[in-house]
Amino acid sequence: MKFKRLWAMSKKEFLHIIRDMRSLTASVLIPITLLVLFGWALNFDVDKIETVICDLDHSYKSRDITSHIAQSRYFKVIAYAESTKEIEKHIMFGRAVLGITIPHNFEKMLAQGFSPVVGLIIDGSDSNKANIGRGYILAMMNTFSSEVFQEKMTETGIKKVKMPVEVRQRVLFNPELESKNYIVPGLIAVIMAVIAAMLTSLTIAREWERGSMEQLISTPIRGPELILGKLLPYVLIGYVDIAISMGMGIFVFKVPFHGSWLVFFIISTIFLIGALSMGLFISVVAKNQLVANQISMLLAFLPAFLLSGFVFSIANMPLPLQIVSRLFPATYYVKIVKGIFLKGIGWEILWYDMLLLVVYCLVLFLLATLKFKKRLG
Amino acid sequence: MAEIAVSVKNLYKIFGTFHAVDDISFNVPSGCIFGFLGPNGAGKSTTIKMLCGLLKPSSGSGRVGKYDIMKDSEEIKKNIGYMSQKFSLYDDLSVIENLQFFGTMYNLRGAVLEERVETALKLAELSDSRHILTQILPGGIKQRLALGCAILHKPQFLFLDEPTSGVDPMSRRNFWSIIHDFARIGITVFVTTHYMEEAEYCDYLVLIYRGKIVVEGTPAELKSSKLQTNIYRLNCTAPSLLYEKLEASQKFSEVNLFGDAVHIVSPDDIAGVQKAISDIADYEKIEIVNLQKILPSLEDIFVLAIAEANKR
Repeated sequence: MKFKRLWAMSKKEFLHIIRDMRSLTASVLIPITLLVLFGWALNFDVDKIETVICDLDHSYKSRDITSHIAQSRYFKVIAYAESTKEIEKHIMFGRAVLGITIPHNFEKMLAQGFSPVVGLIIDGSDSNKANIGRGYILAMMNTFSSEVFQEKMTETGIKKVKMPVEVRQRVLFNPELESKNYIVPGLIAVIMAVIAAMLTSLTIAREWERGSMEQLISTPIRGPELILGKLLPYVLIGYVDIAISMGMGIFVFKVPFHGSWLVFFIISTIFLIGALSMGLFISVVAKNQLVANQISMLLAFLPAFLLSGFVFSIANMPLPLQIVSRLFPATYYVKIVKGIFLKGIGWEILWYDMLLLVVYCLVLFLLATLKFKKRLG
Repeated sequence: MAEIAVSVKNLYKIFGTFHAVDDISFNVPSGCIFGFLGPNGAGKSTTIKMLCGLLKPSSGSGRVGKYDIMKDSEEIKKNIGYMSQKFSLYDDLSVIENLQFFGTMYNLRGAVLEERVETALKLAELSDSRHILTQILPGGIKQRLALGCAILHKPQFLFLDEPTSGVDPMSRRNFWSIIHDFARIGITVFVTTHYMEEAEYCDYLVLIYRGKIVVEGTPAELKSSKLQTNIYRLNCTAPSLLYEKLEASQKFSEVNLFGDAVHIVSPDDIAGVQKAISDIADYEKIEIVNLQKILPSLEDIFVLAIAEANKR
């Protein structure tokens, strides 16, 4: 390996990059666009659930319940109905997800010691929202029931009754349970996986297409000099993209960063080199820009997005998919970035995932180098 | 002549069932301009790529200098300059950036690199516009810059693959005079072309057609070669029409259109040929201005040789 040649190769590649305004702009705009799109669109916090209330009792007690629902930030009452049929109609037309019916004589039955039945109608076609809405209503009705129970006890002379079991919760790392706090760090990892593979997947294929590769391989340059020389300038671009994504994550999305910057920087560098090497490997194999671009989207974007545990929990996937997900480095990087961001964990926990990233990085660089032949055909 | 610089024996390159290069052997003396001619797709580029270590031959043997083309392709690359068919410099780099890049690829550095780059700039007449991007250079200049890149490391062997294709005639003549200068200082130049008139500039010629060598020799040897036949040049009032009629008559071994003249190949003497032509020309009301027997040009010889090969 001749350092001078490696350096000349990197310099040449760097000039290509900075003189190609279109690609340069794209490599800056893509992370911004993805972050904006997914950072805001991918929101799993469910509130303002569209609700229809059918209060047939019109009593003090029934209004106690309906006003509770109407004031909660989790529900948005879109209509008051006079019958269950009407609720169903609202749900049918997609105007509401949830409807609650309070029967005639609700207050009277409570007073007489019967258990009146409150009806809950849920739109199961939006199962996530429906489930969460049901949970809120059930919790609300439990509170209501225990209050009624307490009143009864007081009436019969028993002063103070304590609930048999009490739950006291403490949420670690993301006390507000805001979904953006775990989506944005994962998203940054996914963006880096996609960008890195895309950046390099074109560079070698482009030289084959333009014919300059033929001239280049007629010189004494060696394979590793060429591959590494092409890789280095893209590490710089990768750093710029990391900085942009991190800046947006912290200042625009206000995601707290609890970990060590140094750990984050080192691990990101390793991941970046691995992902860039994968792009180079694809480029070496494909020798065609269009094919290289499509393969890199397929191999980088899909697994990073769907299998990395960024959105969908790996533990819930069927076993074969779980195994596949572990073959892609984005899986480890997503886990690491989330860990550093939210939990502030360091080497003591991350060393194993990092080791895997190092192995992946080396394997792909070697693959790209070995697959690159200084011959035609 | 001097020692053998490049030699090839029973060389084959087979792609699937297609014999791109089909049993070729030749020797290139050191310091000579070796012209490798043939129509498009004859196997010229394939051969030159095998010599430069860019393509592995299917079978056969060959040497460039003391290096084996089957085994030492990387050693060969250090000692040759190669100019591929489509002057593949980097369009988005400036003239000097291209030169410095390729110079470094050949392990040049420091003052030596500087000096060689200056020489190449002079060769391409770009000393004053070294900082402009290569993409705006006209074809002829670009080609000379590519040549400059290929000789930065002072190779003993120069392989030029159709260096003059798509370049204007003035630049072509200029380019050939540079190649002559290289040969004079002892560089062996192996050049392919499909411009037959460029054959005259070479010291030794090989005509390749469908992967096989059809004729070879020095230009003088080829021209004086004992043709079994005569070549006549005919000027008339409607050359392309007469050419078609003569060709259709099948009275001559070969009829070709060369510019506004018709070349006729026939074993007959001039009187016989004159008679045969007159019959057709009179019928078509075409006036024959001039008919004379001519010495064959290299182009005639190649056309005949290819026609011969087609009959086989």
